[in-house]
Amino acid sequence: MSTSNERPLIEISGLSFSYSQRAVLSGIDMQFGRRQVVAVMGASGSGKTTILRLMGGMLKPSAGSVSINGLALGPLDQEQLYAVRRKMGMLFQFGALFTDLTVFENVAFPLREHTDLPDAIIHDLVLMKLHAVGLRGAHALRPSQISGGMARRVALARAVALDPEVILYDEPFAGLDPISLSVTASLIRRLNTVLGATSVLVTHEVNESFEIADYVYFISNGRVAAQGTPAELKVTTDPFVRQFVDAAPDGPVPFHYPAPPYAQDLGIAP
Amino acid sequence: MIAAIELIGAWCNFRVRGLGVGCRFFFVMLSKVPVALKRRGLIRDQIHFIGNYSLLIILVSALFLGFVLGLQGYHTLSTYGSEESLGLLVAVSLVRELGPVMTALLYAGRAGTSLTAEIGLMRAGEQIAAMEMMAVDPMARVVAPRFVAGVIAMPILALLFSAVGILGGWFVGVKLIGVDGGAFWSQIQGGLNLFRDIGNGIVKSIVFAIAVTFIALYQGFQARPTPEGVARATTRTVVSSSLTVLGLDFLLTAVMFGGG
Repeated sequence: MSTSNERPLIEISGLSFSYSQRAVLSGIDMQFGRRQVVAVMGASGSGKTTILRLMGGMLKPSAGSVSINGLALGPLDQEQLYAVRRKMGMLFQFGALFTDLTVFENVAFPLREHTDLPDAIIHDLVLMKLHAVGLRGAHALRPSQISGGMARRVALARAVALDPEVILYDEPFAGLDPISLSVTASLIRRLNTVLGATSVLVTHEVNESFEIADYVYFISNGRVAAQGTPAELKVTTDPFVRQFVDAAPDGPVPFHYPAPPYAQDLGIAP
Repeated sequence: MIAAIELIGAWCNFRVRGLGVGCRFFFVMLSKVPVALKRRGLIRDQIHFIGNYSLLIILVSALFLGFVLGLQGYHTLSTYGSEESLGLLVAVSLVRELGPVMTALLYAGRAGTSLTAEIGLMRAGEQIAAMEMMAVDPMARVVAPRFVAGVIAMPILALLFSAVGILGGWFVGVKLIGVDGGAFWSQIQGGLNLFRDIGNGIVKSIVFAIAVTFIALYQGFQARPTPEGVARATTRTVVSSSLTVLGLDFLLTAVMFGGG
């Protein structure tokens, strides 16, 4: 949500999406303000990664629209979509580094594909991006030689190689140790500020997200269950947000997957 | 009854849909070939990966097949007292049929499976999705260069297969059994036609290269992004490629050489 009068960079309106017959999102409205870090939170399977994929144009909505800078992604052909994506960077959950390329070549990949810059400049740019994520010294290593946390930082350097306007993060904190987690969180905030970009974070890591986000959406059962600034959400009485923030095992998000009565399944029902 | 008809309908629908997806993939891939041809470095790397790494298995197989052809050919021809035709028999068998077919089958097993597994694992590791998100078309960057490399590499491998196979036949026939070396080579020189035999052999290997490389790439791209999905896709590459090559070989032989 934009706090100023500026038009939000990304607007989602009436967005619905289904996989075959299964509805994943039903009529979602969201706004992502310029130069903001916005977290989209929710339990596993709530549809938050689907929102990210719709924002990247990797999926087409069943209804509603996703617009970036006023341009709806749905009707775009491949070439137009690629033109939009050149201004986007995406960090995949496990980095998605090219395993046949070195760390250096991974970060150089978008620069080589989309620019005609001479090798010397690409060399310097890549080392600058790697320096920003603290991995300049690892430039000659292969993805198989670095840890999961380092791989994600390399992927982050690759995602911002072309100085994007929008950076999409898919579970950037999943599976990270506390040090890597804190490093990644501060990097996300710092890169957003330096690049003047809009960052969208799909995550279920409450503490780190509240620390760096300007605005937070909570998704549940394919709908926006709650939204607000971290400060507002910390003191809210909304039971869904409370369960999430307090990490309570049971509540509006049930502990049990829907099932017939326990006694009936065990064959002891009268 | 209705359920059975529904089942048949669903099966037909699934197959026709698969055919459509396959055709679309093929034509999109072809449309990206001009873009790929501008990236010679990518094609060179893939020729190295596909061709060079297949060389050993192709050459060793060719040598042993040549040995066997030399032995079997000699025993059959000696029944009619025409051992001096051994060279021609070995050369024609290899250049027209065994060279292109065996190379295609070995290529499917060695390079085809690598291509399928590589692209399948790239999908499973979200590398293809990452490429698309970077506005880089994987059909142009990943698929088309591999296709071009396969179509260049396999005919060369088939020619090498035939050449080494003939040397194998020569070694067994001339050096071990004692067939006259002059007759062995002069029969080849006189009997082997550049266009009818070698030319048609090359055309066959190009057609096989297109078929096998396409199948391998398509299976990799369509593989479910799971370990099991990649394993199944790899198996399908070998099975589909082998059957396609053998089927196409019959058709091409019928067209090229007829019954005459």
